[in-house]
Amino acid sequence: MIVFQYDKTFEGLLTAVFDAYNRRTFPEQLIIEGEPEPLFTTEFHPVITDTDKSNRVWAGMQKKVSKIVCNMLMCVWLSEEAGSDMLIFRYIRKTFDSSRSFETNFADDDVLAVKNIAKRVSNERHYLIMFVRFQKAADDIWFAPVAPRYNALPLAIEHFKDRFSGQKWVIYDTKRHYGYFYDLQTVEEITLEDDKHLLQGKLDEELMAKDEKLFQELWQGYFKAMTIKERINPRLQRQHMPKRFWKYLTEKQ
Amino acid sequence: MNENILAKLKVLAESAKYDVSCASSGTSRKSIAGGIGNASGWGICHSFTEDGRCVSLLKIMMTNYCMFDCAYCINRRSNDIPRATLSVQELIDLTIEFYKRNYIEGLFLSSGVVNNADYTMERMVRIIKELRTVHRYNGYIHMKSIPGASRELVAEAGLYADRLSVNVEIAKENNLKMLAPEKDHQSVYKPMHYIGQGVLESREERRKFRHAPRFAPAGQSTQMIVGATNESDKDILYLSNNLYQRPSMKRVYYSGFIPVNSYDSRLPALKQAPLVRENRLYQADWLLRFYGFRVDEIVDDAYPDLDLEVDPKLSWALRHPEQFPVDINTADYAMILRVPGIGVKSAKLIVTTRRHGRITSATLKKIGVVMKKAQYFITCNELPVFTIHEARPEYVRQILTQKKGNKKEADKNQLTILFPD
Repeated sequence: MIVFQYDKTFEGLLTAVFDAYNRRTFPEQLIIEGEPEPLFTTEFHPVITDTDKSNRVWAGMQKKVSKIVCNMLMCVWLSEEAGSDMLIFRYIRKTFDSSRSFETNFADDDVLAVKNIAKRVSNERHYLIMFVRFQKAADDIWFAPVAPRYNALPLAIEHFKDRFSGQKWVIYDTKRHYGYFYDLQTVEEITLEDDKHLLQGKLDEELMAKDEKLFQELWQGYFKAMTIKERINPRLQRQHMPKRFWKYLTEKQ
Repeated sequence: MNENILAKLKVLAESAKYDVSCASSGTSRKSIAGGIGNASGWGICHSFTEDGRCVSLLKIMMTNYCMFDCAYCINRRSNDIPRATLSVQELIDLTIEFYKRNYIEGLFLSSGVVNNADYTMERMVRIIKELRTVHRYNGYIHMKSIPGASRELVAEAGLYADRLSVNVEIAKENNLKMLAPEKDHQSVYKPMHYIGQGVLESREERRKFRHAPRFAPAGQSTQMIVGATNESDKDILYLSNNLYQRPSMKRVYYSGFIPVNSYDSRLPALKQAPLVRENRLYQADWLLRFYGFRVDEIVDDAYPDLDLEVDPKLSWALRHPEQFPVDINTADYAMILRVPGIGVKSAKLIVTTRRHGRITSATLKKIGVVMKKAQYFITCNELPVFTIHEARPEYVRQILTQKKGNKKEADKNQLTILFPD
C-alpha cells in the first residue's frame, strides 16, 4: 500500500497532490504526522508542506472547476470528518485527469459526497449565524461562546463582521479552543491561554455590563411569552433548533 | 429601561404571537458606516419556541389596546386582558439591544387600533422612522399596515420598512363581516393596493435613477385564518392565487384557528387547532409558487377541500394516473417536479446528472428521492415496472397512508399462542 504522510493542513494536502503527480504514484491512504504507519505499507512518502506547490495545485483547480466547487472543497476540509482528506484528494485527481467537467454528475459517489458534506458544513455555518448569542461584558466587548459540530466558524466570520460592525466582539469556539476578535477595524484569530471559565458559556455577573442581565431576562421573558400553548410541539422545536446548541442559548438557560 | 418593562414586553408579546408571519427575507443590504446591522437577503431564524415556530423578528405590538371587536382576536376590546403600551424609546431600545445580541433579525411591529387607523399608523411610522434615521438601524423591519390607513402614511411607512403587510384574515367578505363588524375587504385591499403601487413606482423610479429610494423592498405578505368560518380550501387557495398575481405579494400565511375567545358563539368550538389542514394549505401554496401547479389542478368544484390523508401533490398524482409513469431519463423538468417524492432539489440534481449518463433507481435513492412514493410514478432504466397503472391508485394510496405502527399487524399469519393467565 502506498501511504503519504502530511501535516493535517489544507496546504499540506494540496502539496500531497502535487507530490503525487510529480512522483507518479498515488497514495491509497493518507496519514497524519505522528500516526503509526499502517501494516503492508509498501511505499511511504512524507509530504513537506510547500505553499508554492499548494498554490499551484489550487490555482489549477480554480481554472478547471467552478467557484462553487472550490468553496465546497473548502467546506469538506473544514468538516474535519474522517476520510474527508482522501475525498478531496480523489476529487482533485479526478478533476485533473478528466477531460470534461463532471462536477454536475451526482451519480458519481465522490461528487455526491462532496456536495452532501459541504451542505452539512454550510448548514452548521448557518446554525452559527442563527444561534450565536452575544453577552455584553463590562469592558464593552460582546462575547459569544460557540461549539459547532464542524469547524464552520471561519465561514461565518464575514457575516458577523458586516452585521456587527459597530461593536467589538469575540466569538470563541470552546470545542476547538480558538476564536475571533473584532476590534471595530479588523478581525483577528485569537486563542486564550486559559479558557476553562468560558466553557459553561455564561459570563460571571461581575464581568457583565450593568444592563446585560436585564436584557437577558427580557429576552427570556419574551421567548416564553411567544409560545402558543395550544400548539406545543417540542419535537419540531428540536428539529429546527438541535439540543446541542441549547447550552449557549440565553433563552434556554 | 427597567424591570416593569418586562411585564409590558410579556403582555405585548402574548398579544402579538398569533400573527404567523415571521419571514425576514427579501432584502439584501450591506451594513453602513456608523450604522447597526444589515439584512441578509435569505432570512435568518434566531430561535424556536416550544411550539416549534421560529423567532426571527421581535414580533411585538406597539399597544394591545384596540377599539375593534373582532371575534377571532385575543386583543378585541371586550376581552378582559392586561393591556400595555410601549413608548417609542422603549421599542427602539428593545430592538437595538436585542439585535446587538443576535437574538433577532429585526423588528416586526404591529398594533391594536387606537383612536383611528391613521392615528395608530402615524405612531408606528414614527418608530420605524426614528430607528432608521436617528439610530441608523439597518436591519430588517416588517410593519403591519393598519386596515383603513391613508395612502400618505402607507407611502411613508414603505420608505422605512422592508416589508409591509395587511391581513385578509377571512377569505369571504360576508364571513369577515360576521366576525369583525368594523372591518370589510375594502379596508384590507386598499392599503394592499397602495403598497403594491408604491413598490411598482419605486421599481420604475430606480430604473431611471439608481439612488431613488426603495419602497418596501421585501414586498408584502398577508394572512388568512383557517377553520374559523366555513370557507372551503378552494375559496382560500383561489384567493391566495389571486393575491400572488400581484407582483409585490410575496407570501400568504395560513393560521390554523385557535379559539382564543371560546365564549363567542359565532366561532366554532374546536378542541385543537386544525394543524393538518393548515399544513396541507401550506403544501398547496408551495405547489403554486415553486412547482408550477395551477390552482385549479389542486382544488376545483369536484374537490373543494384538500385531502387530509395525503399531501396535495400525491393527491393530484393519484387523481391523474394518465400522466404517469414519468421517464426520469427523458421527461422535462416540469414533469419530473410533479412526481410525488421528488422535490425541487432532487429534480434539479436529476436534470443535471442525466447529462452525464443514464440514471438508475440506485442513483435516485442516493440523491435523496423518496423512492417509497416515487417508485409508483417513474420509470428509469432497470426499474421493475410496477407503476400506478399496475398497482391501481387505490392500492398506492393505501400503502402510502399506512401508519408506521401498523407494520406489526402485517404479521397476522404468524402463529400466536395465547397463554391463559
